[in-house]
Amino acid sequence: MVKSVITGNYASSYGAKLARAQVIAAYPITPQTSVVEKIAEFVAEGTMDTQYIKVESEHSAMAACITASQTGARTFTATSAHGLTLMHEMLIWASGARTPVVMTNINRAMAPPWSVWADHLDSVAQRDTGWIQYYCESNQEVLDTIITAYKVSESREIMLPSMLTLDAFYLSHTYETVDIPDQDKVDKFLPPFDPLYKFDVEDPHLFGSLSFPHQFYMEWRYQIALSMERARDKILEIDKEFESMFGRSHGGLLDLYRCDGAEVVLIAAGTMASTIREVVDQLRDEGEKVGLARLRVFRPFPAKEIRELAEKIDVLGVLDRSYSFGYGGAFFAEIGGALYNHPDKPVLKNYVVGIGGRDVTPNTVRGIFENALSLQDRGLDKEIEWIELKEGGE
Amino acid sequence: MFKGYKDLPEVPMTWDTTFVNITGSWRTVKPVLDPEKCTKCYICWKFCPEVAIIIDEELKEVPKIDYDHCKGCAICANECPKKAIEMVVESMEE
Repeated sequence: MVKSVITGNYASSYGAKLARAQVIAAYPITPQTSVVEKIAEFVAEGTMDTQYIKVESEHSAMAACITASQTGARTFTATSAHGLTLMHEMLIWASGARTPVVMTNINRAMAPPWSVWADHLDSVAQRDTGWIQYYCESNQEVLDTIITAYKVSESREIMLPSMLTLDAFYLSHTYETVDIPDQDKVDKFLPPFDPLYKFDVEDPHLFGSLSFPHQFYMEWRYQIALSMERARDKILEIDKEFESMFGRSHGGLLDLYRCDGAEVVLIAAGTMASTIREVVDQLRDEGEKVGLARLRVFRPFPAKEIRELAEKIDVLGVLDRSYSFGYGGAFFAEIGGALYNHPDKPVLKNYVVGIGGRDVTPNTVRGIFENALSLQDRGLDKEIEWIELKEGGE
Repeated sequence: MFKGYKDLPEVPMTWDTTFVNITGSWRTVKPVLDPEKCTKCYICWKFCPEVAIIIDEELKEVPKIDYDHCKGCAICANECPKKAIEMVVESMEE
């Protein structure tokens, strides 16, 4: 075990190295590039034994990862924003082919106008691609989640790809103390990838060929649906196993902070959760019954955990760092959906914040809590509110 | 052989190889090789995208065409330097 002060991007690189990823597909995009640059350094200095492929686009990066995975190799790549959305077709292929690719995505806003700062639209827009999605809060969580994500994804009960996301600059380029575990210990936790089926010239099969409507396309999709359901328990199981070996957990699917006895809770993903923790502590000191629920895993969606939380509270404020034009924030829509058939529902309000990397400060969060606390008595004022929006026009 | 999602393999794949997929019926024109003109250069075998040109291991015989899998793309006829492959229109009666 080595304590190092590294960026979130380097935490990704060390995660891939410790997981002994055998094929790396590398294509640059800000603010992801230093993830694969660091891996190139590992390869050049001879500390990482991997096939490092410099591809010509993100679409090719994912195609390379999928096919390498189908030969039985553990694969890794990293991207951001426009790179992730260019991969969209191949993301669906990865889950359909049941390849346990693991990828880091640095959450960055989509253009135009150009912005390289934190925003969740890029990965939220990949919701339906069949990938497990983790939203990280710290650099340690980034490193640990790469290792646990492989174990979940490669499990024969799951066989689905995983994407872990970290906020542009808040994690990607910010240095934090990270415990880099010993390779021997990671090897004990994460055995080599052993796929159920793989490309083998001695035992040829057709992979991903045509399936007519009367055949089994629908049944293969249903198998993915079942695997994604099983992933809920698998993530929790692997999280516990990791904790017993390494002494840390990052909160499973829905990471609750001071929610015991809370009446008003904010739910958020990514780094703004750290800011909310601070404000929760301040408000608790002032006697307010507030808490935080950090949405760590978006797919599979932690509907059960959200319902259990909702039963105990009066107001649930949903912070979305992305927006679905024509409705609202995606997390808000999903949480509303999870609660509709549940008898005990809190007041539910959507706070749209931090779009395009706009800073979510303790004052921003305090303002949101003040509004949410006021809803306890007066009920919902407005279903969706954009926070700290510059109005102008006077 | 499969009945439903409970007995399908977890990966969308077949137990057999592509040889079971008979695609010859997709063809509207058929390559016919003239053994008199063929010099056994096997350029047709190199170019066939469907592996439907069959050659013998000793490289003594003229190539054979696997009409169960040939889709009639005519790449072989186009590439043949001796014009030994003619594309013949398939008739509905056959």
